[in-house]
Amino acid sequence: MMQPEIAVLRFGLGARPGELSAAAADPRGWLAAQIKGAVPLAVQASLSSSDQIFSALLRAREERQEMKRESAASTDAKIAFNAVRDTYQPHYRAQVLARAQSASITSRPFAERLVHFWSNHFAVSADKGAVFGLAGTLENEAIRPHVGGRFIDLLLAVEQHPAMIAFLDNQYSMGKDSDAARMAARRFNEDGAPKRQFGINENLAREILELHTLGVNGGYSQTDVTSFAQIITGWSIGGGKGRLAGGTPGRFYFRENLHEPGAKTFLGKTYYEEGQRQGEAVLADLCRKPATAHFIATKLVRHFVADDPPGAAVERVARAFLKTGGDLPHVYAALIESPEAWEADSRKFKTPEDFVFSTFRSLNVSPSQPEEVLRSFELLGQRQYTPGSPAGWPDTSKSWDGSDALMHRVLWASRVAAKYDSGMDPMDLAASSLGGYARPETLTALHRAASSDQALALLLMSPEFQRR
Amino acid sequence: MRQRASTSSRRSFLLSTGALAASALIPNALFAHTGGSSRLVVVILRGALDGLAAVPPYADPDYASLHRELAIAAPGAVDGALALDHTFGLHPSLAFMHERYVAGELIVFNAVASPYRDRSHFDGQNVLENGLAKPIGTADGWLNRAIAALPRGNGRSQERAVAISQNVPLILRGEAPVMSKSPQNTPDVDEDLLMRLADLYSKDDWFSARLSEAVQTDKMADEAGSLAMAQDGAVRTAAPDRVSAVTRMAATLMRSEGGPEVAVIEASGWDTHANQGGAKGALAQRLAGLDKALRTLADELGPLWPQTAVVVITEFGRTAAMNGTRGTDHGTGGCAFLAGGAVRGGRVIADWPGLNRAGLLDNRDLRPTLDLRSVFKTVLDEHMRVDAGTLANRVFPDSSGARPLKGLIRA
Repeated sequence: MMQPEIAVLRFGLGARPGELSAAAADPRGWLAAQIKGAVPLAVQASLSSSDQIFSALLRAREERQEMKRESAASTDAKIAFNAVRDTYQPHYRAQVLARAQSASITSRPFAERLVHFWSNHFAVSADKGAVFGLAGTLENEAIRPHVGGRFIDLLLAVEQHPAMIAFLDNQYSMGKDSDAARMAARRFNEDGAPKRQFGINENLAREILELHTLGVNGGYSQTDVTSFAQIITGWSIGGGKGRLAGGTPGRFYFRENLHEPGAKTFLGKTYYEEGQRQGEAVLADLCRKPATAHFIATKLVRHFVADDPPGAAVERVARAFLKTGGDLPHVYAALIESPEAWEADSRKFKTPEDFVFSTFRSLNVSPSQPEEVLRSFELLGQRQYTPGSPAGWPDTSKSWDGSDALMHRVLWASRVAAKYDSGMDPMDLAASSLGGYARPETLTALHRAASSDQALALLLMSPEFQRR
Repeated sequence: MRQRASTSSRRSFLLSTGALAASALIPNALFAHTGGSSRLVVVILRGALDGLAAVPPYADPDYASLHRELAIAAPGAVDGALALDHTFGLHPSLAFMHERYVAGELIVFNAVASPYRDRSHFDGQNVLENGLAKPIGTADGWLNRAIAALPRGNGRSQERAVAISQNVPLILRGEAPVMSKSPQNTPDVDEDLLMRLADLYSKDDWFSARLSEAVQTDKMADEAGSLAMAQDGAVRTAAPDRVSAVTRMAATLMRSEGGPEVAVIEASGWDTHANQGGAKGALAQRLAGLDKALRTLADELGPLWPQTAVVVITEFGRTAAMNGTRGTDHGTGGCAFLAGGAVRGGRVIADWPGLNRAGLLDNRDLRPTLDLRSVFKTVLDEHMRVDAGTLANRVFPDSSGARPLKGLIRA
């Protein structure tokens, strides 16, 4: 019976000392006890909120403008860029550190993994300047409160979070018959041509359908994408000047003057709601679609069970999603009740995040400086909150198992071993971090190692530690 | 000699014949093709490059009004395009590529696409890389299948291709062994630790194979790196941007003894939904980075450049019209490039459908008139000597509609 190992290593984030024993009596119960309610960070961190961070950026921009007026030497672009970097960087670093610390010490590692899962499902990237300092706030403000609640609440919180709106460019998306567009259309250049063309940006609408709810084969057309983009015109962020004045800086703000008025048809249904309610009605309907249930179930099963998700498990999880109207604890319960999830031989190769966090947990350490975390992911891949695309990090072994990636893991493991080796008995460590998974040949190699830090590196690089 | 695309068409007047004078000066015999010596680099631009900005169709009457402030002006105007012919230009950031065009070493394709017709990045990239007509159906990539079919070369390492990243992208996954190597070095890994790991992995084929690949690739990069340094007589400075570092690593490995013949490079950040910019701005900076990376590749490949072909592709194009936030949304037809000393370049291949209402696809996108698989097939046949039957049946199944072109590579 390998059940405690599966609960702790596959569903959790890797075993802290004592964790395998704690889960041994009732591995399913150990998981089930974690999944209800909000999942706050497991550490006390004085993180600023998204509106504080956004407001700080607005202030910094104004100061830079002031400086620019005083010294004409610097270019506009350079000043704006530095305002973003200088204001956002400390927040980004603090968020990354708090995330790693929380993953290292939490006593609800299954719930924490679910936070990471949803954060990747609703991916934003700090590589986009406007999102840099806000990326972690989406996870902390929109995902953590709702990960143990209803999918609709999670979805609404995410799609109305400033980081998502900025990442997928919805803040200035404008209906062509909106008040703002009509006003603008009356302004002409000297040559009689309109000063600017206003219209929608379909990025957020498309990705909500393709990546957040229905999935790419979910049965929508380009017409539905365009219509949904019209429906959510006005979903924006407060703070700004001129036609973009209004709202609390850095908080979700519905800009009536950008919204395309009137009823609209989406997926064959006409929505008569006014303003912000129209988009919310669409999101509520999307949560009830079988395609959404199936898409979410497939991703959950791929994440927790196997790269090629077993159909029976997907069906079971999708049914729970539909039957309960997307009540997430029931969805997670269906997942941990799936016998496919408890088969010992279908193990996943760890992602860089899995490897780093499980190492910290096994060693019973927590990083104290952001550099340690930042450098680790710079070396191993998965620089935090920079998945490179709105689809998030890939969740299959093939995306992480290159030979060069393995060499980087060896390098990182040997550095970590040198740093954290404190004369721990490698055999004890193998037992507490791998339990029954430790193979005899690994134990032999640890026993024969030239030094305790070499033994530690061998343990971290053993095939059984590299998989979950 | 007049060169034309092999796709005959009523719109053939738009097929370019530019820069022939220059290309005619190059004696083809100097670059006589010897089996197994060809090098192929595939550059994947993830996020969907705006082909109407990279290869502006400045003479199309609807271009400026649709692309508005993102449009690139005609050659000769302030910040205008670099001239290719009477219809198309290159974005002003692409100076090196323009040089290669004039030298007869660049073919510019426009109005091309993979067979994918929806607008998802992720499915679009799958189709671009899996070589099928649909996003699912195989876990391996067309380039790997082509490599598996390459005639056996002498003095080659087992791995004939390298992904310049830590991990292998779909296009290179499959049965043929492939190396991966990121430009990030892995110095000071202890030899003794590696030996013990090799021992620890001996019962796990998967780990065992990867570790020996990694050790071998590291060694190759080290040797090639120190050789290059000795030749230059100077220590290289760190690459100022990521893509150039990546192309430098590709060239280093390809130049090394027994090194890979094929390399795949990826660059992301082309998804310009907002504030795309025109001759200057966000996209212009990305394009300048790409141009510089290609220059680095050519410089570093040095004596191998005459036998090299570089394919630059993206998953699809973007909307013909600017959107409401000074960017472009996901589209269909786009551009592609084929560069290198082995390329019969100096021409644009574009069966141009026009940007008017009738020409556009779904009244929004550039309509593709050439299947990218036609280009891939031709390059694999003429340059890498993969036989036509294998290309049609194994590498690109269900691609009978995508007929190979002719004469993209110097004979």
